[in-house]
Amino acid sequence: MVSVQAPPARAGLLLRILPPGLYAGRAGMVVERSVRVARAGWLMFLSGAAEPFLYLLAFQVGFGKLVTEVAGPDGRPMGYVAFVAPALLATSAMNGAVFESTYNLFFKLRYAKLYDAMLATPIGPLDVALGEIGWAMTRGGIYAVAFLAIAAAMGLLASWWALLMVPAALLVGLAFSAIGMALVTFLRSTAQFDYIALGLMPMFLFATTFFPLSVYPEPLQWVVRCLPLYHAIELMRGLATGLLSGSMLVNLAYLLVLGAVGLWASTRRIAKLLLT
Amino acid sequence: MTTVESTGRVVGKWHGAWLRVEGYWTWYRRHWVSTLYSTGLQPVLFLAAMGLGFGSQVRPGVVTGGLSYLQYIAPALLAAGAAQLGIGDSSYPVLSGFKWQKDYLAVTATPVSPGQVLGGHLIWTTLRLTLAGAIYAFVALFFGAWAGPSVLLVILVGTVTGLACATPITALAARTFDEGQRFGLIFRFVVMPMTLFSGTFFPISQLPGAIRWLAWLSPLWHGTQLARGVSAGGVGGWAMLGHFAVLAAVFAAGWAVAHRAFYRRLVV
Repeated sequence: MVSVQAPPARAGLLLRILPPGLYAGRAGMVVERSVRVARAGWLMFLSGAAEPFLYLLAFQVGFGKLVTEVAGPDGRPMGYVAFVAPALLATSAMNGAVFESTYNLFFKLRYAKLYDAMLATPIGPLDVALGEIGWAMTRGGIYAVAFLAIAAAMGLLASWWALLMVPAALLVGLAFSAIGMALVTFLRSTAQFDYIALGLMPMFLFATTFFPLSVYPEPLQWVVRCLPLYHAIELMRGLATGLLSGSMLVNLAYLLVLGAVGLWASTRRIAKLLLT
Repeated sequence: MTTVESTGRVVGKWHGAWLRVEGYWTWYRRHWVSTLYSTGLQPVLFLAAMGLGFGSQVRPGVVTGGLSYLQYIAPALLAAGAAQLGIGDSSYPVLSGFKWQKDYLAVTATPVSPGQVLGGHLIWTTLRLTLAGAIYAFVALFFGAWAGPSVLLVILVGTVTGLACATPITALAARTFDEGQRFGLIFRFVVMPMTLFSGTFFPISQLPGAIRWLAWLSPLWHGTQLARGVSAGGVGGWAMLGHFAVLAAVFAAGWAVAHRAFYRRLVV
């Protein structure tokens, strides 16, 4: 006799969004695996912290000599290197998170079949998503602390609010890794990696990293305001200079929503790709 | 009586390499869209952001030789883009030919020699570099980035720079078996600093004297100087010849090592 179990009744909004099989409370295991992998490739891991430092150096010795002052968040002129530093931190948090959750994730998903193996154990797709995003955030957080220490030593931070840049970097990491993870599940081959660069590079170049928003003509300013990196940079720049404003709540909300949407979408995609 | 022609046909030295180029072309015709970013679009984006955006904050002065910042970095960005394309196309793609796709092994099982495989790769890289340079130069024309018709020479300089960066990396890829983090570390610690500190965005005279010699070592700096000298003047004739000689030497040395490595790895 085969007893057929009735499918569990799905009551309530929360359970409909998060069906019980998706989550087993073992996201920590996924993080632990990543930590072990990173320990094996520690040089590459550390080099991620070196990259923004190299940029900072380039600005200190080179770009900063070409442009000494630009308009800061409150419109008053500020030192150029101090203007760029928080943007570089935001970019490095974005890059760290996106690389971890796109290139690395793609190989684990398509070639190493890592998640097939994981889902064969009591680990659900939400565990995988949370674990990978958690690890990407950890990585971004470590880079943020290193960068902040260097920027402080160079005298580029004007306020104690700058300490809040570490949690802000974690939030940026969450938002970008979640959305990156959801998007990368749609990629089919490594040749399509150019699309990732095509998304990241223009954002890095144009989202007010190197020059203030006022450079753009009015319609283009609105396009830039839609970019997620713009909000990350605004948040960081406000904290680094201590010039807080109400619009930073908008930046914060934008990143939170992006992270939530990304988490939801990546869970759904992993479940769809691997469980059906 | 009928004569039977042999089906095996030994191809000439150049023809063998061109057969490889034909193979690359066949692939490229199908996948060119996904390479648009590296072919021309990336330097154009940099030109827009740094030349127009950042450049709007820079006043033309002694540093830029009296040029607008846009005109100052336009030729250098062509060289930098060529260096990145040359290195990118010679790292994983070459290793893949040996290790993952194994098309180098397949091709050398025919009368095509390892030297011709290398030659085909370099000819193809040359064509791609020239195409990318031409696309970039054409788009930059609309930015007002070029001072005169010497832009055609800048494209050529870009190709030479890209090739000088390509052969050492090809040699390295041919001698790489378990790649580990090798290419990742090269991109991080060689290519990225080279792009930032080789006089692309600001003259290397701003670097502290202790590390300036590092810029002299990088082929990109020589390419940048050459490109700037060709497009805007300001670099003397002998100096230009010197820069070109360095690029040619790096290319030749890389090619010689790569040639040996290809034979070692493909001829049992």
